[in-house]
Amino acid sequence: MFQLSRRGILKTGLGASALTLTGIPARAADPLRIGFLTVKTGPLAAGGIQMEQGMLAWLKLNKNKIGGRDVELMVADTNGVPATTRTKTQELVERQGANLLIGPLAAFEALAVADYTEAHKMPTLGLAAFDEGTQKGAQKYFARPTSSAGQASHVLAAYCYTELKMRRMAVIADDFAYGHQQTSAFLRVFEDMGGKIVQKILPPLNAPDYGTYISQIKTNLDGIFMGFAGSNGFRFTKAFFEYGLGGKIQLVGGLTAMDEAILQQTGEDAVGIISGNFYTPSLENPENKAFVAQMNADYKADPGYYACGPAIVAAVLDAAITKLGGKVDDPDLLISTIRSNTVPNTIRGPVKFDAYGQAIGNIYVRKVTRAGGKNTNTVIKTYENVSQFWTYDPAEFLKNPTYSRDWPVAKNLEN
Amino acid sequence: MTRFASMRGWALTLIALAMLPFILPSDYYLGIATHALVIAVLALSLDILIGQGGMSSLGHAAYLGVSAYAVAWTTRNAGWPAYAAIPFALALGTLTACVFGVLALRARGLGFLMITLALGQVMWGAAYRWVDLTGGDNGIRMQARPVLLGFDLNNATNFYIIVCAVLLTTLIAIYKLDHSALGACLRGTRDQPRRMRMLGHDVWKIRFVGFVSAGFWGAVAGVLYAYDYLYVGPSALSLPQSAEALLMVVLGGAGTLAGPVAGAIVITVIKTVVSSYVDRWYTLLGLTFIIVVSVMPKGLVPGIRSWMKGNRA
Repeated sequence: MFQLSRRGILKTGLGASALTLTGIPARAADPLRIGFLTVKTGPLAAGGIQMEQGMLAWLKLNKNKIGGRDVELMVADTNGVPATTRTKTQELVERQGANLLIGPLAAFEALAVADYTEAHKMPTLGLAAFDEGTQKGAQKYFARPTSSAGQASHVLAAYCYTELKMRRMAVIADDFAYGHQQTSAFLRVFEDMGGKIVQKILPPLNAPDYGTYISQIKTNLDGIFMGFAGSNGFRFTKAFFEYGLGGKIQLVGGLTAMDEAILQQTGEDAVGIISGNFYTPSLENPENKAFVAQMNADYKADPGYYACGPAIVAAVLDAAITKLGGKVDDPDLLISTIRSNTVPNTIRGPVKFDAYGQAIGNIYVRKVTRAGGKNTNTVIKTYENVSQFWTYDPAEFLKNPTYSRDWPVAKNLEN
Repeated sequence: MTRFASMRGWALTLIALAMLPFILPSDYYLGIATHALVIAVLALSLDILIGQGGMSSLGHAAYLGVSAYAVAWTTRNAGWPAYAAIPFALALGTLTACVFGVLALRARGLGFLMITLALGQVMWGAAYRWVDLTGGDNGIRMQARPVLLGFDLNNATNFYIIVCAVLLTTLIAIYKLDHSALGACLRGTRDQPRRMRMLGHDVWKIRFVGFVSAGFWGAVAGVLYAYDYLYVGPSALSLPQSAEALLMVVLGGAGTLAGPVAGAIVITVIKTVVSSYVDRWYTLLGLTFIIVVSVMPKGLVPGIRSWMKGNRA
C-alpha cells in the first residue's frame, strides 16, 4: 500500500543507522549520494513529481551513473513548507550523508535552506527560479544550471520590441515573487529599448476566476506578457478566449506560462502564443531526443520546466564529477569545478557559469504550433549565451534593487 | 494513587527528555526532537483554549507567526539583540491576542471557530502581501541563533536544553493555571456559562484572560520557532499550521497536560521521520487520526490511561 521511497531503507532505517551518521569519507566504489529535495504532497506537488520524473528518466538513460559513479538518489518530500524543507535538508546532510543536493523546488524553500547549506559547505544545484540565489544573495556553494527568474524575460522583451515591433504592452502575473521578478525583468528591458508597459495587473496566485482581470485589459495593446506559474497560464488563456479576446492581442509568456504540463490541455487556444524558456522538448540535440523519448515511454508526457531541470543538472554534474575522477569529497573543489566547466551537451544545449553561479546558456523564443491534435512549443529564435544580466554590466546591475513588485517602477502606466 | 502514578509518569518523561541528547545518535535527531517540543508549546497553548475554555480556534498559529516575524524582523532588519527582540516579540504576540480576543469572543462555538479562522487568514494575507515588512513569500532569514546567558544556542544540545526548559516552564504555568481559581472559573464558563454569570462572574472577562494567556504561550512558541528554523515565512501563520496544532491537541487529548505534547510528538515524527520512508505519509497521518479518534475518542493520553487502568483491574 505504501511505497518505500528509498533504495537505502535497509541501510539507513534500522539498526545500522550509526554507520551512515558519522559521514565516513566515500570510497570510489561507494555510490554517489545525491539528496533530491522535491515536493510530493501539497499544492506544489504536480511540479515536484515532474521534477522527480525528470531525474529518474535521466538516470535510467545513463545507467544510473553520474561521473562514472553509481548514484544513490535520496528523494525527500518537503511538502512545500519551508520549515519542513529545512528539516529534510538536515536529514539529507546530517543523517544520510549526502555528497550534494539538488533542489528544492520553490524559491522560498531555497531561501529557507540557503544559510544552512552554506554553513555546511554543501554543494547545492538549484532549480528554483529566483533572482536572489545568484545575484545579491549569491552563495558560494550554489550553482543553478537552469535560469534565474528574469533571464528569459529579458530575451523575450527584446524579441517583442525588435522582431515583433511591439511598443505598447500590458503585463499580467501571479502576485508573488516569481511572478514579480519575471514581469519586472520584462518591463526593464522593454522600456529601456523604448517600449511602454501601459498596464500592470497582478491577480493573486489562487485567483478563482480571471474574468474581472480580463475585463480591465486595454484593447489598444500590441501584446500582453504573462508571468504565470502552475496551471494559471492555462486558466488565463482559456478565460481570455472565452471573453472573445483570443487572437486579437498577441500573448507572450514567461518560463512557465505555456509549460508542457498544461500545453495540451490548453488545446487550440494555445496556438500562436509565444514564450521564452531555456529549454523546450522539441530541441533537436541527441541528448534531448533520448530524454524526451524516455519521458514519453515512462510517464507518457513531454518534459516541461520542472522535468527538464534535473536532467540539465545531472549533465552538469556528470561533466564535473568525471573531470574530478569521481571524487566529490572536497566541496570547494566540486563547486569550483562545476562552475568553471563548460558543458557542451546538456538537453538545453551548452551550459557554462558566470561568477555568481548562474548558468549562461541558450534562451529559446518558442511559438505554439499544432499538428495532429498535439501542441508543440516550436523554437522560432535562439539567443545564444544569454547571461542573467542580459546585456547590462553585472556590477552595475547588482547596484540596483533585486527585481520585485515595486522595482523597476513602471513609469508609463495609464489608468 | 493516581496522583502518584501521574507524578511517576512525569518524572520518567523528564528523565527521558534529559537523556535524549546522550541517546540520540546525531544532531539531526536532536533537531527533530527540538522541532517536536517547540510545536508542543504551541499545542499546549492552544489547549488552554480548547481544554480549559472549550473554545476551538483555527487561527492560533497567528500568535506563533506574529512573534516569530517580530523576532526575525527586529534581529535581521533592526539589529536588535535577543534580549530586546524576545520581550518585544512576546509583547506583540500577546497584544495580537488581546485584539483578536476582543473580536472573536463575541461569538461561541462555530461562530468563534470561523472568526478565529478569518483572523488567522488576515494575518497570513498580511504576511504574504506586505512585502516591505515581511519579505512576502520569500520570508525573513536569520543568520544564526544568539548566545544567551553564556549558552551558544547554535549548538544543537544547548538549544534543545533551552527548548526543554521553556516547555517545562509552560507545563508548570499551565498546571498552575489549571489548579488556580482562574482555571476553575475558565472551566466553569466552559460548562455552565449561565450559572457562572448568575454567581456574579464576568464570563467575558474570564474568557478573555484565558484567550490572552493562550496567545502569550503561542507567542513563546513563536520565539522558539524563529530560532529553531532561523527562517520565518507566511507558512508559519498559515491555516495548515493552525489546523495542525488543533490536530495535535485533539489527537493527544484535550484538557490534559501530556496530551498536546504527545500529539505534537506523534505528528512531528510522522511528518519528518516517517515521511522519509513512506510516500503517502499524508494518508498515514489521516489513518492514524481516524484510528485514534475511533478507538480513543478522548485522545491518546486519556485513552491509554483508561486502558492501563482497565488492565490493572
